[in-house]
Amino acid sequence: MSHEHVSNIGRIWKVFGILSAVTIVEVYLGILKPDFLFMNDFLSMNLLNWIFYALTIFKAYYIVYAFMHMEGEKSSLRSAVVFPVIFLILYLLFILLTEGDYIYEVFKNSTIKWNF
Amino acid sequence: MEATVTTANSEEKTWGGGNEPMGASYGKLMMWFFIVSDALTFSGFLAAYGFSRFKFIETWPLADEVFTHFPFMHGVSAPMYYVALMTFILIFSSVTMVLAVDAGHQMKKNKVVIYMFLTIIGGLIFVGSQAWEWKNFIKGEYGAIETKGGSLLQFVDKDGNRVALAEFAATLPEEREQLTRSKGKWFMDEPSLPSYSVAEVQAGFKAHPELLIRTEVITKEKKKTILSREESELRLSQAHYVVEGANLKRNEYGSKLFADFFFFITGFHGFHVFSGVIINIIIFFNVLIGTYEKRKSYEMVEKVGLYWHFVDLVWVFVFTVFYLV
Repeated sequence: MSHEHVSNIGRIWKVFGILSAVTIVEVYLGILKPDFLFMNDFLSMNLLNWIFYALTIFKAYYIVYAFMHMEGEKSSLRSAVVFPVIFLILYLLFILLTEGDYIYEVFKNSTIKWNF
Repeated sequence: MEATVTTANSEEKTWGGGNEPMGASYGKLMMWFFIVSDALTFSGFLAAYGFSRFKFIETWPLADEVFTHFPFMHGVSAPMYYVALMTFILIFSSVTMVLAVDAGHQMKKNKVVIYMFLTIIGGLIFVGSQAWEWKNFIKGEYGAIETKGGSLLQFVDKDGNRVALAEFAATLPEEREQLTRSKGKWFMDEPSLPSYSVAEVQAGFKAHPELLIRTEVITKEKKKTILSREESELRLSQAHYVVEGANLKRNEYGSKLFADFFFFITGFHGFHVFSGVIINIIIFFNVLIGTYEKRKSYEMVEKVGLYWHFVDLVWVFVFTVFYLV
């Protein structure tokens, strides 16, 4: 443990406040579902869902960097953990979601309706 | 344990041990690598959920119709409030955990004990809440009909409000006894029978002309399609099976895969929370008997803290994917 042992209780409560506020906003939006967000699509997903994912990643950043104290680690450790995860997840999502959409098109447009 | 550690990276001692690559001790580094691999496992599951959802994008169940329960509020539709509460409980237990780590840095044993204890309590409440959520999901509320083609039919009144099978199903003088092991000729049994037979639901539907059928298909207004009375009767004539609640084969909410993914992903996450609680309890007792006081380092608390925050992190994503989107 090379880093200095200063207490950062103030920061912990601040991050808790941020995480709570974001969760409240998410629930509020999820119940209201404002039409201008819910009915408008961007890249085959509605704007509301994009907002949800953006807020989720925002929360994830605070959990990893503040609570797991990633901001206090060396930059080599930060990069070794964060970049492989981000890259592999984006890659996997791109492949699986594209494929899922393709199969949806097959069910919709060809004679196969239901096979499993 | 830190007594033997030298971080000076002198050339001749590179392979001699005691080095700390990336400035983190062995245990902490390995915990980070475990977290990376576990994060990839979870993202694999969630991406598979996304795959199946994109595949059945037009018929996927609407989450705010599925999770509507809140304790002590029967018959009130309260979408999301309960999971929001669960999310708060988990975030708060994450806060107490990081406070325990912070107190550990300052070698304040009593504070570590208190915060660890609060973390364990928070974890237990969360697991309990998840069990309650599962109970509601498995029990179901309205019931539905599966057709021969495998699609699901739900019942609504004229205003589009859901109607439970119990509210209209007729009682026919038919006896259908459940086959159990004790009555079978050989090792034979069958899954438990639904409360109503297909014929009873059909007869009840005929006797209630105000009822309509709702299919799984999502319209342009992002609502489920409601059929006309004639179409409803036609679709119901192809009824094949009465579905009540959810299991791994079929569920009354819609796509069969929906329940499978719900059970698997929230179950796997709940298992992580449960093992996190167990590990926290072990470390809690180690703190109590003064193990880390003797080591002059509370790094063990920091390591389980990493795992505990990771469980919270996964829940943030599960919450979004299952309940919000």
